[in-house]
Amino acid sequence: MSQTRSTVGVTPVGDLVLAIETSCDETAAAVVDRARVVRSSVVSSQVDQHARFGGVVPEIAGRAHVERLVPVVAEALVEAGLSGHELDAVAATCGPGLIGSLLVGVSSAKALSLVWDVPFVAVNHLEAHLYAALLEEPDLELPMVVLLVSGGHTMLVLMEEHGRYRLLGSTLDDAAGEAFDKVARFLGLGYPGGPAVDALAVEGDSSAFAYPRPLVRENPATLPEDRRFAFSFSGLKTAVLNHLRADPDAATADVVASFQEAVVDTLVTKARWAVEATGVGSVCLGGGVAANSRLRERFLDMADGAGVRAFLPPPSMCTDNAAMVAAAAWWQLQREGPSPLDTGADPNLGLRLVP
Amino acid sequence: MSGLPTVATGSADETRQVAAAVAALVRAGDLIVLCGDLGAGKTAFTQGLGLALGVTTPITSPTFTLANRYVGDLVVNHLDVYRLTHIDEVNDLGLHELLDDRSVTIIEWGDAIAGALPGGYLEIRLLLGDGPDDRLLGFRTVGGDWVDREPALALLSGAVPGDGSGATRC
Repeated sequence: MSQTRSTVGVTPVGDLVLAIETSCDETAAAVVDRARVVRSSVVSSQVDQHARFGGVVPEIAGRAHVERLVPVVAEALVEAGLSGHELDAVAATCGPGLIGSLLVGVSSAKALSLVWDVPFVAVNHLEAHLYAALLEEPDLELPMVVLLVSGGHTMLVLMEEHGRYRLLGSTLDDAAGEAFDKVARFLGLGYPGGPAVDALAVEGDSSAFAYPRPLVRENPATLPEDRRFAFSFSGLKTAVLNHLRADPDAATADVVASFQEAVVDTLVTKARWAVEATGVGSVCLGGGVAANSRLRERFLDMADGAGVRAFLPPPSMCTDNAAMVAAAAWWQLQREGPSPLDTGADPNLGLRLVP
Repeated sequence: MSGLPTVATGSADETRQVAAAVAALVRAGDLIVLCGDLGAGKTAFTQGLGLALGVTTPITSPTFTLANRYVGDLVVNHLDVYRLTHIDEVNDLGLHELLDDRSVTIIEWGDAIAGALPGGYLEIRLLLGDGPDDRLLGFRTVGGDWVDREPALALLSGAVPGDGSGATRC
């Protein structure tokens, strides 16, 4: 692999970024070259530990990160064929996420940056998800619309240029991934709920039950402007639970297939509206729910129909990983330089938006 | 208990209206515990309460984030212990640090951790009603100065227009 220094913009910036991601229940480390070539990406999931609790338990997450971080970072370096002193920067997710988990990654990255005498970069987890598609397609043309869907977030973002984001709309209540998890938990499908619903939905009839498509109309102009690109999955979740309470014998596969179709329909329709309203030439998916097979299929169809290019990160880059953090860190270094070492972890950190 | 009314609502918006009426009784340092099944309207209740307390940013479900913080006339801490199963884990939420004289703290699924809660709170139980959007809101004061506010809480049944007809359904 090339280790030549790049001179994008005016500031020469190092190429090899080691990133650490510990915002939720995955302990991850990756080395990425110039935000383009993934030299290594190691993800150690705690899902098995959390499964019996039906969710992420913060105390378990924090402790597991402490135990796993050093071996995960070591493995990322070995896979990349590098020693720490050959790196050009060390990055970590500083928020949003669970405070105890974030602190493990942020403190470790700062310590490593001091030991190896390289810059530290504090990365916003949401921004990192936006960069997952760019890892595969580094020359992606901006502006583009990004649909970011995960357990904690559901939003449509217009990425005007690197570091310049405009929020088109976000969820008013529950995130899409949360709706997947809660419906799955109610049906006893286990944790995490997304993959379980995805797998079971294949066997069901997605038109068996007509669940609502919240805040979707035939004509988007009939919605108030601040609701046009907004989402609301709490009512849909409640509609499914009400149906199950009234009709406990409904075929589970049909229920999850119909529920999934309602979520996907809503997400894809709003993404299409966003493409039409902004006139962008490309649209991309990010976040854990972007691994959902039905969403990927419908998203590609939508882009085809709208005549725009669609970018879907591979499922391994949709769920939490450190490669996307490294990519976001590299671009951030170009724009803003390193982060101060007193940058803290912020559990409520939001995307920095243009007004 | 203690003669407090059950308030019937017919939509999430009506649940928000009741919450706004509760907000008028809230004081800095208060703790409010919300209980009820998935989809009963706990987050909707918090949205109504927060809005009435001057929170202008959207209040969304804290299930994944566990604890959200909003700044209005008071600081509103919105917690969700749905995913916590051990009392020990409540310590990680830093509950005792959140309860101060500048904020009101709302805990969804708080009944699950009743043993770990500091004394003195208002418990609101949201039950599913007959129709898909019908809810019954039951109030209970647990110690502290909430007891002094029971007369005001007793008037809450007037918070929703046409509430009387709803209440007769149960």
